[in-house]
Order: sequence, then structure tokens, then C-alpha cells
Amino acid sequence: MRVDPILLRARGTPDSQSLTAYLAAGGYNAWEKVLQMTPEAVTAEVTLSELRGRGGAGFPTGRKWSFIPKDHPGPRYLVCNADESEPGTFKDRELIEHDPHLVVEGIAIAAFAIKASTAFVYIRGEFVRWAKILERAIAEARNKGYLGKGVLGSGYSLEIVVHRGAGAYICGEETALIESIEGKRGFPRLKPPFPAVAGLFGKPTIVNNVETLACLPHIINRGAKWFASIGRPRNTGPKLFCVSGHVQRPGVVELPLGVPFREIIFEHCGGIRDGRELKAFFPGGSSAPILSADQLDVRADFDACAEAGSMLGSGGVIVLDDTVDIVEAAANLAHFYAHESCGQCTPCREGSDWAVDILERILDGHGRPGDLELLQRICTYASGGMTICPLGDAFALPIASMVKKFAGEFERRIAAATPSPPRKKPVLPWSGPSHGFGR
Amino acid sequence: MTTHPNLPEVPDGPSEVTFDARLDKKITETLKRYPNQRAALLPTLWLCQERFGWISPGVMRAVAARLGESPAYVEGVVTFYTMFRTRPPARYVLQVCRTLSCAVCGGKELLEHLTRTLGIAVGERTPDGLFELQAVECLGACGSAPVIQINDDYYENMSPEKIDAVLAELGKKE
Repeated sequence: MRVDPILLRARGTPDSQSLTAYLAAGGYNAWEKVLQMTPEAVTAEVTLSELRGRGGAGFPTGRKWSFIPKDHPGPRYLVCNADESEPGTFKDRELIEHDPHLVVEGIAIAAFAIKASTAFVYIRGEFVRWAKILERAIAEARNKGYLGKGVLGSGYSLEIVVHRGAGAYICGEETALIESIEGKRGFPRLKPPFPAVAGLFGKPTIVNNVETLACLPHIINRGAKWFASIGRPRNTGPKLFCVSGHVQRPGVVELPLGVPFREIIFEHCGGIRDGRELKAFFPGGSSAPILSADQLDVRADFDACAEAGSMLGSGGVIVLDDTVDIVEAAANLAHFYAHESCGQCTPCREGSDWAVDILERILDGHGRPGDLELLQRICTYASGGMTICPLGDAFALPIASMVKKFAGEFERRIAAATPSPPRKKPVLPWSGPSHGFGR
Repeated sequence: MTTHPNLPEVPDGPSEVTFDARLDKKITETLKRYPNQRAALLPTLWLCQERFGWISPGVMRAVAARLGESPAYVEGVVTFYTMFRTRPPARYVLQVCRTLSCAVCGGKELLEHLTRTLGIAVGERTPDGLFELQAVECLGACGSAPVIQINDDYYENMSPEKIDAVLAELGKKE
């Protein structure tokens, strides 16, 4: 199936970062339209579109907005989550690179809907170039009166502040992100209260992903019904899939929600590279339980992935061919989570560290009988609500799925293992600071 | 030198750090964007790292004084985030992504190649202070693996040959 891009329509057009090009393509029309509407009408339209959050959780956006207490007097905040740190995810960068004004317009619409007059963009620290692109777009829009005091002659004012992170995966989690804007370590908060009630600086706050916000101008321009007609029931709209790993043509592809992974991988990304065979794939970033080659016909939407025992997450499809050693892949990911655990909760901090130790000794040929049971037990106790934020699940569920689906590979290594004094030795050497704990 | 039984030795840097007028003005402008002073901590640290190259204990004390925080609080934040440098960096910091998508698409080989050609292990720097090699977690550019970040810039779709050319170019500039 060939589909005309909606979110990525500017990709490939020259000078697409400029306001001139954006205006020529009908940019900020939705914003002008929104300024004639009531915030409630905007929220109703987005609710009707059935847009679900593109950051990973897939929560209905309109419903999220509606959690803001109606009668709350003081300020509220909109936060655009551009932390993009989930391994296998690189779509927000693509949107900012090719269409920064689409993101800015989306931020403006969401801020208006929740009656916020300040919005923050939290962008990961490594994205220096993309933070600059956004800052330039915001300044340009402000100069032309699309932002700032009394937007386009209306009574509504909006300032957008770009806030750079400084290297921490956990700050993609919305409460850790809020802490980080407040000038603290990125420690996730206990919920409730949810950010919509008490978030940034204790005020009602909505955190939306870049891609979620980029859908808004299109919903306003073309209507909620049009948006809801794309994709599948309860899984509506276009979605950016980030395909990485062993495909012929890796990259970001835009398709309606609900296309099968087979189509994404084989039709749009040219299939597996070098004539190899598909072994397994992560459907939604490395925190989503792995799917095996016989699950290619699972549909790439929130509900179908959940039914298949995984999740669509951020849409990061990591494709692994038959050259990949699953034990090594598991050790690689365990290392990521052990490094990125903020250290607040014991099951996550200690569990991820233990998972690395066990997986690395199996990899090094020193696995012990009972190691797989121990690993599964660690994963059980780190997931399912045992931690303040979902990082416990994020490391435990994919590792548990790899051990379960590819048990033979782990067992063979353990059967052939030689005893050795236990010793920490990373698979890949890692250097540099950690988040104060563990690796 | 500050020493701690479990940590490598860290140079102290200058004991007294003062902000010049330009930096001070930038911090003042930053403060205006936030409802309280503490929220300006990350952007202020970024400004300082840009200005001084790294966040020395002296810089932490100066930032703390400027924002009305304790030096211990500032140090706690600085050491949580991996991108704030708590030691003087080499001229070029090579950060090779080690996470899955890069690792299976040549990232592992790239890292090995760099340790060989530069003659240093991960975490070390070349004796001339030009290059420092680090392995980092996912840089969010998995579609163009393997990826290296050198200072602020991304170098994507890398290969041993391409990175050799990049390093030769950077070396020539010095």
C-alpha cells in the first residue's frame, strides 16, 4: 500500500524549516481557526478524532486534557516531550528536522485547549542541532505574531520555552521530565496526583509527545472524522514507524495505524538485508516485549500489539536477522536499563544490575544452572507495579520475553558453560558517568 | 585533586570562578523564562559548560551562589545527568552509541576500530588531548546506525573508513 504522507509531507521539500515554506503549505491555518474556537470545542474535536498519545502509552489525548480541573484558577502548563530516548525511536527528530513549525503549531493548539499561556519543550540534551531548529522556528513564529502577547490580535498569549535535558533516558517519563524542568534530578514522582492535577511547579500540566502534537493541526484543518477514518477502530490516524536494525532501507516511514508489521518491514523497508532471514523484532522500542518471526502478521496498532503480548510503544521497530545472538541482545539491553535506572526503586536499580551480571556471565560461557529461573524471578519482581515508574517493566518485560521465546539459546550456553569465579565484565566496555547509582 | 575511595581522581579546577558580564547577562535572561530560580539550573549549567568547557567544583559553587542553592544540591543535579562534564574534556569527545540497533549494525566493530586506531581504551584520551573515546547509550538516531556524536554534532551511517576520514579532518583543523 502506498500512502501520501500527512505528518511527513514536508520531508524532501526544500527549505521546509522556514516559516515561508510552512505558510505556503497552509501552515498556521489551523491555529487561526482554533483562536476563533473555545478551548472546550478544541478538546471535543480532538476527543472525537480518537487520537491516542504517540509517546508510548497510547492514552487518548482528548481525555488526558479533560483531566485538568475545570475551575482551576492560576497557571497551567503544556509540555512537549521531545526527549526521544527509547532505543529504536527517532521520529520526533525527523519531524523537527523537516517541519518544526508543524510541531510549534501543534504545541500552540494544545496549549490553547488547556488554557496554558506557557509551554515548555523538553528536548534531549544530545539534540543540540534540533533544539536550535525549534528555537529558530519559535522566534520566527513569534516575530510574525503567531506566538507571544495577544496572538494574532486575540486576547490569548503564549510563550514557548525550549528546555534542554542533559542526558537521562528516565526524563522521557513525564513526571521525571517535570522534575528535570524544575531543576532537579530526574526522579519520577509517585502518582497520584497525576500531572494534570499537580504537575510542573505544582500546577495542572499536560505532557504530550512531539508526534501527538504534530497531529493536531491536521485534525483541526481536516476534521476529527477524517482523522478517525484513517487506521482502525480505536487506533486512528497516521503513525510514524521508526525502523532500524537489519532491514534494507531503515528509516522513518509513515503509515496508517494497523498495517501489519510484515508490510512495514518487507514492503516499505525492503525486507531483511543481505538475503538473511528475520529472527525477531521489537514492535515498539526496546521496552516492548520481543515478537518472533512468525508474528509478522500482527497489526501495528496499540490494541493488536497488546493482544500479541507486547506493545506499540513509540513505534520503534527494531529488526533482528538470524545473525543476532539473542543472549547478546538481551545483555546489551539489560546494560542500557541498568545504566538508565534512576536508582529510586530497589527492584529496578538492583534488578537491572543483577540482570546484567547474569546475562553477561551466560554470554561469557560461565552461566550456572538456575540462572534462567533467577532471571525470570528478577523480572517478575521488577514489573507489574513494583516501581514508581514503568522503567521496571521496561527492562523486565522484554528480557523475560527474550528468555521465554528463545529459551533454547540461553539453555545451550548454560549447558556448555564452564565454572568460573563470578566477576563483573561488561559485554561492551562502557565509560562515562552513570546517574549516580549502579553502572 | 579531590579523592574518593571509589572514584577516579578529579581535578578541582580553579577554586574561585566568576561569571563575566556576558555570561551573567545570559543567566539573567534565562531566569526570566522560569517562575522560580531553581528551574533555571539546567540551562545555567549548560551556559557554564559552554563557557568553561566543564563543570568544575568552583563552577558548581558559583552557580549555587547565583541561584540561591547549596553547592551540594547543584552537585547532586550535575552528577545525575551524563552530559555535564565533571572533568576537563579532550578537544573532541567521541561518543559511540553502544545500544542494540547500533550494536548490531556495525557499532561494535566501529568502537573496536576506534580503540585500535587511536590506541586508547574506552574512557581514555589520546596523549595529545585531541580525542577522548566514550561508549554511550542510545543517541536516538537508530535508522542511520552506527552513530557517533562528536562534541555537539551527529555523524551517522558511519563505517571505519568514514570515521577515519572524519578524524583526519578534525585533526587537521588543530
